[in-house]
Amino acid sequence: MRTVFKTSYDADIDLFRDRIHAFWYMLLLAVAILIPFVIDEFTLGEVAHLLIWAIAGMGLMILVGQTGQASLGHAAFMAVGCYAHVLLQTDLGLPFIVALPLAGMIAGIAGVLIALPTSRLHGIYLGIATLAVSMLTGDIIIIAEPLTKGVYGLYAPQIEIFGLTIDRYGNPDRFYWLILAITVLVVLLYKNILRSPLGRSFAAVRDSEVSARAMGVNVARTKAISFGISAGITGIAGALIGHFTGIFNNETFNLIISIQLLLMIVVGGLGSIHGAFFGAIVITFLPQVISSIRDLVSSFTGASSVAVPGLDTAVFGVLLVAFILFEPRGLYGRWLKIRTYFELFPFYRRDMFRRQKSYLKTERMR
Amino acid sequence: MDVLQLLVSGLANGCVYGLIALGFVLIYKATEQVNFAQGDMMMLGAYITLGFHNAQFMGLPFWLSVPMAVVLMGVFGYLLDMFVLRRMFGQPQIAVVILTIALGFVLRFFAGLIWGHEPLALETPFAGQYLSFGGITLGVDGVMIIAVTVLLTVALYFFFGRTRLGIAMQASSQNQLAAYYMGIPVKRINSLIWALAGAVATIAGVLFASKGTIDPSIGLLGIKAFAAAVIGGFGSLPGALLGGLIVGVMEPFASRYMAPTYAPIMPYLLLFLILVFRPHGILAQVHSKKV
Amino acid sequence: MSLLEIDNVTLRFGGVVAVNQVSFSVEEGEVFALVGPNGAGKSTIFNLISRFYDPAEGDIRFEGKSILSRPAHEIASLGIARTFQNIELFDQATVLQNLLVGRHRHRKSNLVSELMFLPSVRAEEHRHREAVERVIEFLDLQAYREKYIAGLPYGVRKVVEMGRALAIEPKLLLLDEPASGLSTEETQDVAFWVEDIKKQMGITVLMVEHDMHLVSAVSDRVLALADGKMLSLGKPHEVQNDPRVIEAYIGASDDDGKAVA
Repeated sequence: MRTVFKTSYDADIDLFRDRIHAFWYMLLLAVAILIPFVIDEFTLGEVAHLLIWAIAGMGLMILVGQTGQASLGHAAFMAVGCYAHVLLQTDLGLPFIVALPLAGMIAGIAGVLIALPTSRLHGIYLGIATLAVSMLTGDIIIIAEPLTKGVYGLYAPQIEIFGLTIDRYGNPDRFYWLILAITVLVVLLYKNILRSPLGRSFAAVRDSEVSARAMGVNVARTKAISFGISAGITGIAGALIGHFTGIFNNETFNLIISIQLLLMIVVGGLGSIHGAFFGAIVITFLPQVISSIRDLVSSFTGASSVAVPGLDTAVFGVLLVAFILFEPRGLYGRWLKIRTYFELFPFYRRDMFRRQKSYLKTERMR
Repeated sequence: MDVLQLLVSGLANGCVYGLIALGFVLIYKATEQVNFAQGDMMMLGAYITLGFHNAQFMGLPFWLSVPMAVVLMGVFGYLLDMFVLRRMFGQPQIAVVILTIALGFVLRFFAGLIWGHEPLALETPFAGQYLSFGGITLGVDGVMIIAVTVLLTVALYFFFGRTRLGIAMQASSQNQLAAYYMGIPVKRINSLIWALAGAVATIAGVLFASKGTIDPSIGLLGIKAFAAAVIGGFGSLPGALLGGLIVGVMEPFASRYMAPTYAPIMPYLLLFLILVFRPHGILAQVHSKKV
Repeated sequence: MSLLEIDNVTLRFGGVVAVNQVSFSVEEGEVFALVGPNGAGKSTIFNLISRFYDPAEGDIRFEGKSILSRPAHEIASLGIARTFQNIELFDQATVLQNLLVGRHRHRKSNLVSELMFLPSVRAEEHRHREAVERVIEFLDLQAYREKYIAGLPYGVRKVVEMGRALAIEPKLLLLDEPASGLSTEETQDVAFWVEDIKKQMGITVLMVEHDMHLVSAVSDRVLALADGKMLSLGKPHEVQNDPRVIEAYIGASDDDGKAVA
């Protein structure tokens, strides 16, 4: 195990722990930039899709992993972001580069409005309110038909940045680089939250509301800010999904999407940026794994491949249950354990990562 | 008398919501766990009854199928707590929220796998019968639902107030540690609470199925029931029933007198209004955490 | 003018009167201890000062101004810090991060500058960390700086709680049973720290404590409570020998009676 000697406060504050750490991430970024020259267009599209999921995942992670609040309806904010982004471009004629951050802000404000009434209350209220929001999304899109075209849906316009045309099918490499750039920006934003007082106030609210209050943290406000930032980032992901799929309507952003987002961050590992990416990998490739397993099974049984309705969501569900029960820290936590095992070999102890359970801990208002 | 018919059908729906909300609040009060799968347990209870009773499956008599399903779902709830939820002890509540949501999806899948996704009707003895008096015609199913809910409420009231087990459950939900010191087997009590919630969910499911068809996605009704629990006053059992009734009665009137696109959003609109103006619900029980 | 004035405060929970017409004032620079059997209302008084509860009657003044109009999260910025009886730390964060949360009242940066992490935010972080390092030095927490709370032993957590309250740089420090569950040596440390907090840092201390040795060693004045009512107020040995206090303890339980004797 490498020991890091800290010689200044900046060692804690900087983005990378040390040079070696920085080297690996720069290498990763370089690989990510060069990928379009290596892989085919279809796979590149999948990787772009993965990055969009990772952005949405980071958005939800700020709320769930960092602030400890549950949102069961984050797909709604993807919808807000997506519709706002397209309408700002088509109806107001704003350029992409202005519309995207504005769409994020609109989704963020929508998030704050949802969170405000529940932010003084116990976390369960937020859970129920967001669940209700996820049920309402489709209905509201229908009601706002003059804007949203209801069931007919909207088409995402072609992206143009300073005269450079970017199209998902026309030039997938440019589309991918655009997504990559936005992903990097969101990671930076996330890192900045973590290393500033804001991130600490999130953690304080997550771990003990009573004590956060005694330390001078305005708990209700902090929850609302967290929800706003979270919804904003997820909204940007929604806008990008719009460009990715090209067309979307009232059924695009349903409850299943909200559950997939949750699955992603839980399986990836709550409370870390890595977790969002690990989760995005699972979410992107899991459906393909499921369908190939199904094909494999049907080739053995001789029966033609029958689509089992709801199988995907059931597998998502089982995975979620399994991870929460057996590996609550997700794939990233598992990876940390494996790494520590090899670093310390042969001195790893089984209970090294065991967390003390606090049985008396209750946030219940009594 | 159009209004009366709307009212009865609304009350009947409301009873179902109320019972789901009741199970939800029951578990929350006792264990501080939130069971977002309560709606899906209702769905499962309905299907198990249907599986026992309907001619195309086992064809058992109705009055035998219902108690069997209730017991089976009780056992299911007990085992669920014993093998899954008990492991969550001491973990953040948010983990339980995600866990039960996921569990709901799994239950929905298995119900679909066993009984198919086509809507099915539970062949109750009183399906399609009507009572008419004084020019008013009411479905027996609606009246039945209301009667059963009233009976169940009274039974639960006496159970929690008069029986040893009920009082132990109350004690353990007020202070688990103190109850444990007094010799109450808190773990078993928690499992029994889950069993009770499973049984109540089954009755709700049978009642729901008696007035129409069911399919695996009816568990999503649960979301309306959770909203009802908040409207009534989260953490209060009468509040859960009251909230359910309010949401239930609201619906037929909304769809009768409002544009069809607006009617389905009314319960949720009420939820947000309540959250803004009376956040602890109509029957508020406000307590603060002891430090 | 006293630093903190509790003026005829009453609090009821349903039919139970948890705090009954209690009045006392804490002078600047003193160590003031609240003692009494369990359920006497000591922690409840802390929660009233923290604004977790609203008193039914009476007023609480800090530096001459009533604090009853202020929400709980503004109490820290007035300069009142506290610890909790059953340790309320941020478990999934490191000791350093916990202490840094204590610096929240000194936060000057706003949301936007933090999201961009402007140089001003970095400079502020440096200042926070310097302040926290002083606390770490004072409480000998160097070895635990990067450790997560969830894995720390009880005694260390107690110290971290005290450190987090000190990081606030308060004028008044409320310590809720700082020595409960600690060994004799650790209690000795607490006694030295309380002494230093008062003398070197010039912080006024209001303390709830059962350990009468600690109370008489460090406190200037003691208030004994029972059943939410004031029994006796004065110098430690005066209160300890007050017949009403002895009766309240012996009436309450044998264990506590021994602690007084």
